[in-house]
Amino acid sequence: MIAHFSQIATVFLMVAGLYVVIARGNLIKKLIGLSLFQTSVYLLYILPGKVLGGTAPILDAGYSVYANPLPHVLILTAIVVGIATLALGLTLVVRIKEAYGTIEEDEIFAKDGPRAKVDPKVSKASVSPLNKTGRGGKSA
Amino acid sequence: MIATHLPVLLILAPLLGAVLAALSRNGFAAWLIALVASALTATFSLALLWRVQAEGVISYRLGGWAPELGIEYRIDAVNAFIVVLIGIVAFLTMIFARRSVLAPERIAWFYTMMLLCVAGLLGISVTGDAFNAFVFLEISSLSTYTLIALGRDRRALVAAYQYLIVGTIGATFYVIGVGLLYLITGTLNLGLIVERLGAIESSRALIVAEAFIVVGIGLKLALFPLHAWLPNAYAYAPSSAAVLLASTATKVAIYLLARFLFTVFGGHVDVGQVPLGSILIGLSLAAMFIPSAAAVFQNDIKRVLAFSSLGQIGYITLGLALANPTGLTGGLLHLFNHALMKGAAFMAIGAIVLRTGTAKLDELSGIGRTMPWTAGALTVAGLALIGVPGTSGFVSKYYLILGSMEAGLGWLAILIVASSLIAVLYVGRIVEVIWFREPALAAREASEAPGELLLPMLILAGVTIYFGLDAEWPAGLASAAAQALLGVAR
Repeated sequence: MIAHFSQIATVFLMVAGLYVVIARGNLIKKLIGLSLFQTSVYLLYILPGKVLGGTAPILDAGYSVYANPLPHVLILTAIVVGIATLALGLTLVVRIKEAYGTIEEDEIFAKDGPRAKVDPKVSKASVSPLNKTGRGGKSA
Repeated sequence: MIATHLPVLLILAPLLGAVLAALSRNGFAAWLIALVASALTATFSLALLWRVQAEGVISYRLGGWAPELGIEYRIDAVNAFIVVLIGIVAFLTMIFARRSVLAPERIAWFYTMMLLCVAGLLGISVTGDAFNAFVFLEISSLSTYTLIALGRDRRALVAAYQYLIVGTIGATFYVIGVGLLYLITGTLNLGLIVERLGAIESSRALIVAEAFIVVGIGLKLALFPLHAWLPNAYAYAPSSAAVLLASTATKVAIYLLARFLFTVFGGHVDVGQVPLGSILIGLSLAAMFIPSAAAVFQNDIKRVLAFSSLGQIGYITLGLALANPTGLTGGLLHLFNHALMKGAAFMAIGAIVLRTGTAKLDELSGIGRTMPWTAGALTVAGLALIGVPGTSGFVSKYYLILGSMEAGLGWLAILIVASSLIAVLYVGRIVEVIWFREPALAAREASEAPGELLLPMLILAGVTIYFGLDAEWPAGLASAAAQALLGVAR
């Protein structure tokens, strides 16, 4: 029963995270959903590695039953990847907020029609020095 | 002595190069480091190919730990082929990247990210460990998001964000699939997974794992309904980053898909009954027609090329779906040829943007008069996208048509030709505007691209023609790779 409970929890987190990513228009909320989704995968790996009554994997004659250490190591890596992704995502949101003045997806799309003006702040930040005649260059 | 460590040196060169480039804090020094690192990578990749051809499969134990405990790098005819492609394209892109760069304080970071991306892509290609592939996938993806965000338009930020969301979902799906495989077999080494799958009685978990992995990688390679991130990402990324991404990133994802479809899941009888082949044929066909048709209506040449990439990916996955030696050879050969021709095309458009500041088709009329070599390279690449005889695109499509005939799907051959006609429309539009219209203001003010941009561009365009006339070398490689993939499946 406990095993089933943990699986249900994992799948619930997974689906809830994915739903938030798809259904929310706020860029930060999307990232929260993404983190939730990734976290559920940590559970997917770690839970089956637990051996009931087992100890931490310590090499000693006194212990014979121990949990599988490999999933922990894998998930440690996955957590690092997750943090890097989240950090990069949040950085992008900060830059988007600077460029558009909003972090709502629909407002961003509304501002960027085919003929939308280039915001001076962005072009200063990201215009290439080589782009002498380009549009971004003109507005800088 | 050093030859035994080739597989890991291949990754270390760009990885350490990235660290040095980041530390250098100087645009020119970083470029020099990137150039040297990618030249080393290209050399190592060719040496590796030569060794694989001479000795067969190479297994390299990282740190001396045997598989199961340690990570194994396993290089056979398939990876060697992909690695050489990445090595060469990365080197040419680095030459090209000397000019098309950004604000001074960002240049060093730009090269750092380029090298990290190359390291990640090479890592996916050489590793024989499913989880290690995920780590490298994320290394390449995170650097890719950064590269795209460095684009000069603010829409680059949104494109990078969207790709980050989609890419992370894709990578996470892949990890879920790998986790299920690990639960079933108790190992992450692809070779051992294959060995143990035979003993698995219930294939239910296996089918779920396959579904997650295929959808996850499908997001990464922009398989038809999962492709929405790609056009914006390519269109707003800095030119040289677009070259690297268009010619290598999706190709490596395709390699990973082929590896799982054939080597891993092909080894189990029950999973073969899942109608993945016919699903993949359907999606490939949709990719060949729908995004190609969208390409006809784009004004930005970068977007035309990005949509055309989606169509060309359809041909490659069609080769995988056919799963007979000829069709698979065609698919892999098209992967190789498309990397070269799309590289040339994105380099040409990068040079045009450098000189005129625009990639809008209607502002570029007559650019062929003032930038003849660049426009020539773009035209050659365009002809190869159509598959005109005498270009490399013809050879690979010919193999694909033969492959569909062999599979008894004659109607597929007709559809391959029909979809090529759409390419005639979008390439024809570009060719007409850049050569036959009166030069517009942008074209009159432009001058030919500088030598370091022209050199890699013309090499790629030249190779595209050369491999169209004499395809023996790439076709031999592709056919060896196809046999290696199918050999395990049987």
